[in-house]
Amino acid sequence: MSKSIIVNLLRFVVLVFIQVFLLKNISVYNLSTPYLYILFILLLPFETPNFLLYVLAFIIGLTVDAFYDTPGLHTAACVLLAFVRIIFISITVQKDGFDNEPEPTLSIMGFRWFFTYSLVLTFFHHFFLFTLETFDFSELQFTLSRVILSSLFTVFLILISGLLFFKSKERK
Amino acid sequence: MRNLLVFITKYNAFFLFLIFEIFSLIVYLKYNSFQKASFINSSNEVTGSLFARVNEFRDYLSLKDDNDKLALENARLRNQLKSSFYLDTVNKHKVNDTVYKKQYEYIVARVINNSVNRTNNYITINRGSNQGVAKGMGVICNLGIVGKVVYVSGHFSVVQSLLHKDSKFSAMLAKNKEIGYIEWSDDFDPHKGVMKDVSNNALPRVGEEVVTSGYSLFPEGVPIGKISNLHTKTGGLFLNMEVTLAVDFSNLQYVYVVDNKFATEQAGLEAQQKKDE
Repeated sequence: MSKSIIVNLLRFVVLVFIQVFLLKNISVYNLSTPYLYILFILLLPFETPNFLLYVLAFIIGLTVDAFYDTPGLHTAACVLLAFVRIIFISITVQKDGFDNEPEPTLSIMGFRWFFTYSLVLTFFHHFFLFTLETFDFSELQFTLSRVILSSLFTVFLILISGLLFFKSKERK
Repeated sequence: MRNLLVFITKYNAFFLFLIFEIFSLIVYLKYNSFQKASFINSSNEVTGSLFARVNEFRDYLSLKDDNDKLALENARLRNQLKSSFYLDTVNKHKVNDTVYKKQYEYIVARVINNSVNRTNNYITINRGSNQGVAKGMGVICNLGIVGKVVYVSGHFSVVQSLLHKDSKFSAMLAKNKEIGYIEWSDDFDPHKGVMKDVSNNALPRVGEEVVTSGYSLFPEGVPIGKISNLHTKTGGLFLNMEVTLAVDFSNLQYVYVVDNKFATEQAGLEAQQKKDE
């Protein structure tokens, strides 16, 4: 239990750091900007109570907002992400089959599940984020292309980090 | 009553979602309309000082470029020195200069946070009200105009750059002084601006220089960019043209805040005229 808290705390700090000081400066043709910090919410353990999940999503959103000068924008997107995560997991995963508080990582859940999981959640987050940022449906085509290209970039980074910390022992 | 409680606990995920989402949207919309949420802003002392620390490291990477730019600017300033002109009159006489009064003052500042890839871009600089920066002042760099100050704290200020939906500055063609105004282009390209509402009598050419008009925050003649494309709206009374911006916003390092000494006097006079109408 305490190990999981420390691991998640460390993950929070490292991901916010990477997002704010490295990925903030990266963008491909102003269309594709990665938001890797959502990996923190994706990788929280299955057993996290709903209330705690929302609070953590709120906190990481607010932290990123403080550095991006957009109070509320990332927070709103992260809270939506937490909601989609709860629904997605309740549909696809049977809860009683786990013993030692596993997390939805690539090495535990397998490539196919993790890929759909990250793709769906990233898409929802980015779609909400970019529409809220533009706040204008007249630029829908431009916003949509930004959503799709940025989602692909983010999922690519999420899969790479999943493979980087792959533990083959845990797979059954 | 009990049924209601059971209902709420069964779908607690949804209700919690509603509470948190509404709260964050309130924060977002409130900030958008008033620019008020100052405590979670990068002029906040905590994030501001963190950005300043990281910037110290990043400065080393661009030392060579900066040296080149400074050398260029030195050369330009040296050209304006008295000692670089040949003195061809022999009898000098002293003039007590009462004709000129200094109107513009420049405060040098370093960029510590910057973005170009969003629909509304802001720049944070390391000078604030302690150094004399105030809300509404213009900001330029050695290549051209940058934006205007919208938020000031003790040691930092936030600048709304030209790459912002609401940015609009008075501009003119350098050759025949025809005025118009400059905006960011609609396709979010950080190197392109649009000059609008130029009178039809002006005959602009591709490559002609666009400078500030002196009507707003900036002194007259600060470069903005060069005309790169002339596309006119058919049937309109005014010309619109595409301008390639002189400033590369993605690697801004040092900027100057322009303090117009007569700004309040001018604004007060114009407000009086509006009131009388």
